[in-house]
This record gives sequence, structure tokens and C-alpha cells, in this order.
Amino acid sequence: MEAFLAQNVDAYYLRIMIFIGINIILALGLNLITGVTGQLSMGHAGFMSLGAYTSAILAAHFGAPFFLAVLAGALMAALFGFLIGIPTLRLDGDYLAMVTIGFAEIIRVFFLNFEPGGKAVGFSGIPQYTNFTTVWIIVIVVIVLNTKLLYSRAGRSLYAIRENEIAAEACGVNTFYMKILAFTAGSFMGGLGGGLYAHYMYYINPQDFGFMKSIELLNMVVLGGMGSIPGTILGTVILTLAPEMLRIVAEYRLLFYGGLLVILMIFRPNGLLGDVRIYDLKKRWGKKEVKM
Amino acid sequence: MFWEQLINGLTLGSSYALIALGYTMVYGIVQLINFAHGEIYMFGAFVGLFLVMAGYNIFLALLGAMVFCMLLGVLVERVAYRPLRGKSSRLSALISAIGVSIFLSTLMVLYRGTNTTRYPEILGNSTFSLGSLQISSLQIIILLVSAMLMVGLQVLIQKTRLGKAMRACSQDLEASSLMGVNVNRIISATFAIGSALAAAGGLMVGIYYNAVWPYMGTMAGMKAFSAAVLGGIGSVPGAMIGGLSLGVMEIMGVAYFSSSYKDAIAFAILILVLIIRPQGLMGRKISKKV
Repeated sequence: MEAFLAQNVDAYYLRIMIFIGINIILALGLNLITGVTGQLSMGHAGFMSLGAYTSAILAAHFGAPFFLAVLAGALMAALFGFLIGIPTLRLDGDYLAMVTIGFAEIIRVFFLNFEPGGKAVGFSGIPQYTNFTTVWIIVIVVIVLNTKLLYSRAGRSLYAIRENEIAAEACGVNTFYMKILAFTAGSFMGGLGGGLYAHYMYYINPQDFGFMKSIELLNMVVLGGMGSIPGTILGTVILTLAPEMLRIVAEYRLLFYGGLLVILMIFRPNGLLGDVRIYDLKKRWGKKEVKM
Repeated sequence: MFWEQLINGLTLGSSYALIALGYTMVYGIVQLINFAHGEIYMFGAFVGLFLVMAGYNIFLALLGAMVFCMLLGVLVERVAYRPLRGKSSRLSALISAIGVSIFLSTLMVLYRGTNTTRYPEILGNSTFSLGSLQISSLQIIILLVSAMLMVGLQVLIQKTRLGKAMRACSQDLEASSLMGVNVNRIISATFAIGSALAAAGGLMVGIYYNAVWPYMGTMAGMKAFSAAVLGGIGSVPGAMIGGLSLGVMEIMGVAYFSSSYKDAIAFAILILVLIIRPQGLMGRKISKKV
């Protein structure tokens, strides 16, 4: 598969496809926390860096096999998500946003001073295990599991928490437990994406996982449509491609990017596919076929 | 040593407080984290720099930067936030704010490059000693100007008609508009005042640390926002106390703990405070209603 792709697809496009895959995993994790459950997290890159560094150190220093290393990174991120979630998820809205920003910054500063992680110089020499096939197999697994989750009783409870937490609680949803669940699962996906990223880039630096990375991921979720899996995927594809497409405008790239965000929000305030679900799409297309 | 660090902390903290005021005032009225606020602070620092380089007196430069940022703040609100108000979720307004923030910092990068610019030597940096305590003339000016601005703001909010309308809007936007308050104008005024204060903070930080660069707004904005949350977001005295205490704690952390963890200290303290007191130091506890 890999050899075939390397022969027939331009390396540049292959690279972009891999980035799209990794970003989809990361953005779906954030979508679960922010889009579905409505808990504004602005520090998703912190979980990404936990996953990246854990898996990188395990693979480079201890020779751990790829899947074990990436899984350990994801579990590490999930553990931190769980530990951070317990005391902070009773904060609401913007206080939670601040705590997640703070947490991601603390993680970043920690890795800037972390001896085994190469400190500010960054960590290089990570074996490059991630390739197109592995990324996209994981992407498909993540999408399927996410869809399953959102259509289960738990998924509906999560949507209910976003819509009205008090009403959800009155209907018998254990809101605290469900929020922790969403936060932990989202962090797990963040760590997973981070691990794959580290094993693709073979060099990571704490600055890769700064505030701007968290913001970029949040943009993907909000732009595509909060709480919608197809929307998040669309947002991720657009925002991963946008910087590449905008290369024509060279140094004005970020100017356009910023302006575009504003304009999109003015004309599509709920995101491109706000709350459109895979199931709804199927139903809509299904109906059309019947009519024809 | 301790007292000197305290003065350093208060100097840094007063700049955090000036920026935090803008966050908290805007948040109090429209519940928006104005992410472009850090960039307005950066513009204030740059406009001040240009005016100083053009040979204007420091106080004229301060005034010029404040007026410029006032207009910039109002413009940003008009273009990027007002079209979204009332018809979209708070998150899309937040993304719009992030867009503006990226736009403004890139604009400055295009104009000046990413390099750090040094402020010209404008104030002879004489130090006074009070007993064993050393304090520079620059620190005195910064502390005095910040104190004046904060007192002025308090007077404006508590004693004037505009301030009364702002307080009314922060309690209930809809009810205020029913009582005949021109809500849009009050929101513009809030952005104008907040931006002017941020410009003052930017200029003074630029002179104090002798450096301005296009990305200076990001970290300062994040810290000022955490100062606003620390004090209890939406509360004006809270932002002042939050900013000052954050500055002092950060300087003390660097002096007595470790300078490599400088940026983490502020956030660690913030998280601890919020876990113990979720509504911030001065925030009102609002019970949620259905």
C-alpha cells in the first residue's frame, strides 16, 4: 500500500493527506468535549503534546513498538484529562476555558524544562512509523467509534448537557460523570493524534503545541459545525488545506486566514454543517432516492 | 530585596490590570472573550513607539496611542462582533475574535517584521532610594499613571451617566434597552474605554521592558485574561486586584522559585484559586436558574 502510494502520489499531497488524518483525530476529540458536550476547552494542544512526548520517549529511549508507544501516549493524555477534569469540570464556560489554557501552558513550560524531552531544543530522532495507511485506518476507527458513541444513550446525554445542563440532570443524566467521560475520551484522542504526529514528524518541540495550535483545533470544530462529525471533518479538511491554498498570497496568508474566519462566522455563525449528523445525511439522501 | 520585588511586581501587575480591565468590561456586558484585546495592546505599544520616535513628548505619545486604540477597538467591534450579536452562539463570536487577533498581529508583522524594536531612551532612568529600597523614576511614573487611569475609570463607572448605563447593561442587556439605553452605543463605548486602557498598558510595558514586537499581545493577553478571571470576570475592582496580585505573584515566583517556570507560575496559581473559589476573588456567586 505504502509503496504504491509513494510511487503514484506526489509526496507533497501524501503529506497533506496525513496531516488531514491526524488533524481529524485531534479535532474529533475536541469536538466531543466542546462541540458535543459544550465544555469550552482551549488547551487541546496540551493533551496532544502529552501524547507526543510520551510516545516519542517510549519509542526512542526504550524501543517500544509503534502501537504500544502511541497507545501509551494516548492513555497518558487521558489520565491527565481525567485528573484535570475532576476538580475543574464543575467550573462553567469561560472559567473552564481559562483553566484549559492555563493547563496547556503549564504543560508547554514543563516540556521546555524537561531534560529527557530535549528541553527547548526539542526532541529529535523519533522513529518515523506513522504513514498514510496507519493514520487513515486509525481515522476510520475513530470516526466509527465516535458515531457509535454519539448515537448511544451516552451520546444523547452529552448533547443534553450542552443544550441545558440542569434539564439534563433533572432527566436523570449524571452530568458530572458524563462530562468527565467526554473530557477523558477527548483527551485520549488528543494524545492519540499527538503520538501519530510525533512519529510522523520525527522531531517535536514544545512550541509546536502552543496556544495557537489549540486555537487552530478549536477553529476546525467551530467552523465545520459544533457537535457534528461530518462538520468537524469538513472544517478540518478546509483549515488544513487553507494555509496551503493561501500560499499564492505568500506573506499575506495569515491576513487572509484571519479575515476569512471573521467573514465565515458572520455568514455561517453556526458553522458550515452545524449539528448535521451522519445519520441525517443518510436519511436525506435516502429520501431523495425514493422520490426519484 | 522583598520590597523591591514587590515594587517590580506591582509595576508589572498594573499593566496586567490595565489590560484585564478591557477584558472584564467587555465580558461583563456582552459575555465575549475579546481575543483581539491583546493585539490592541500591542498596537498601543507600537503607536506610542512611533509617536515617541517622531519626537513627541511621552505623555502626548500616551494620549495618541490611547486615542488610536480607542478608534481601533470601536472599529473591530463594529466590523467583527456587531454583525454576529444576538443571532449566533458565543463560540462563533469567539472564533471571530480569534480571526481579528490573527489579522491584526499579521498586519503589524507585515509592516514591521517579527523583530523586536527597542524604545528610544526618553526618560532618564534615575533611581531613588527610600532607605534600602530602590525605585526607578520609570516605575513611579507607571504606577502613578496606572493608578490615575484606574481611579478615573472608577469615577466614570460609578458617577457618570455613561457609567450608570454601562452598569445597567452588564446587569441585563435586554432590560436596559427597554429602559431606553442605546445598547449599541454603550457597547462601543465599553470597547473604546477598554482599548484605551490596554494602549496605555502597552506603551508603559514597552518603555519598561524596552521592547515591542508584533506577537507581544498573545502572552500578555492570556495573562491579563487570567488576571480578569482570577479577580472574578465581569468585576472591575476584581480585574484591578487580579492584575496586581498576578504581577506580584509572578515576580515573587521568579525571584524565589525559578525563572524558567515564569509563564507557568501565573497559570498554576490561577488554577488553584479557581478550584478553591470557582467564581474568582471578587466575583459574585450566581446560582444557576432554569
